[in-house]
Amino acid sequence: MEHEITLVVNGTARRARVPARRLLSDCLRHDLGLTGTHVGCEHGVCGCCTVLLDGEPVRSCLTFAVTVDGQEITTVEGLAGPEGPSPVQRAFGECHALQCGFCTPGFLCTVTALLRENPAPTDEEVLEGISGNLCRCTGYQNIAKAVHRAAELLAEEGQ
Amino acid sequence: MKPPPFTYHAPRDLGEALETLAGVGGKVLAGGQSLIPMLNMRLAAPEHLVDINRVAALATLEAAPEGVTVGALARHAQVARADAHPLLGQALRLVAHPVIRNRGTVVGSLVHADPAAELPAVLAVLGGSVRLARHGQGERDVPAEEFFVGPMESAVRPGELAVSAFFPVLPAGSGTAFREVARRHGDYALAGVCAAVTLDEDLHVASARVACIGVGPVPVVADVTTECDRRPASTVDWAAVTRAVQEATEPEGDIHASAAYRLHLVGVLAEQALKDAARAAAQEAAPSPATG
Repeated sequence: MEHEITLVVNGTARRARVPARRLLSDCLRHDLGLTGTHVGCEHGVCGCCTVLLDGEPVRSCLTFAVTVDGQEITTVEGLAGPEGPSPVQRAFGECHALQCGFCTPGFLCTVTALLRENPAPTDEEVLEGISGNLCRCTGYQNIAKAVHRAAELLAEEGQ
Repeated sequence: MKPPPFTYHAPRDLGEALETLAGVGGKVLAGGQSLIPMLNMRLAAPEHLVDINRVAALATLEAAPEGVTVGALARHAQVARADAHPLLGQALRLVAHPVIRNRGTVVGSLVHADPAAELPAVLAVLGGSVRLARHGQGERDVPAEEFFVGPMESAVRPGELAVSAFFPVLPAGSGTAFREVARRHGDYALAGVCAAVTLDEDLHVASARVACIGVGPVPVVADVTTECDRRPASTVDWAAVTRAVQEATEPEGDIHASAAYRLHLVGVLAEQALKDAARAAAQEAAPSPATG
């Protein structure tokens, strides 16, 4: 049996007909064509599929699309503003915080929420905050640097 | 990896949820942070899934002088932010990663009853209970020592819903701590110990309990009050205490750690956790420094 659902994705109401077992990650990628959300381990370990659900980061591979019917979702495609990439995205570029880029969408969503909750995290808080995201290129040093840089950019730009 | 098909139910209130569970049985979906991986890996294939995420009345957290009642839909992050119970806070920091904690629920973790999970140990060491509801019948409260039946098995019967869990507040002069060792931060622990210590007016140990994870089919509770011999923490015979805790456990070996290593670990962690808890209790019992 299929379910008619409406998700508000990056500010736009999107409808989809999905079976109950459709993971939010697959719904975003296959039903809505938003392939920025990456799918790695599909059991909640790697963090690649992290999206914002009503502003909070969650694993889209551990969420059924039907469960979040009517809720707001922000994917990596929705992080940039009309002016271009968000401060977090720019900081990742500046600090070389991405190599192959596979883990990047998950990191960007996680870090966007992290800095919203804690605008000036300590080194320890940064590590704790990104501990649930894996980077197989092992570029963690630059990713941690980028989080601090993003905090600076956000503070400078008064966001 | 995709979950097997199931029939989906999304009740809007508690009554409808209980009715659905009574009618079709099925598995309850709350946070899904343990259930959905199991479905994705096809370790579970329930015919019916009853999604309680729309039952807003279950997303409660009530702090009373005697204890904290956590509703079935209260997420880890929500409970940690409320800072309602010190030991819950200490344990929740060790549960997976922050993003998982945004979705996972405290009661869900209890019902999942993973022998290496932190929250069952918290319920066990505090002597808390879980409230179960069934359509057309009264609720029943199951104490922690009867709730955890075996690995991944709780006392919840088919058709029942765990609606809340009660975590008692410890008496004045108490302190708690949680220590664990995991291969990687956020992984299930190889072994872990949570401790609750109460000191008397002379700062001697009046009661000391631990609950150990990863070293038995369910959280292993050991009361080491006798071994602490009503001494101040600094003169307790910790070797005897450690032995008593180790004797209560039944660790098994697997790919991650041998049984002998787990036994060693639980002894070390028990001593550390008990000393931490005693220190916290002493701080609580000490007169607060003059201010102003």
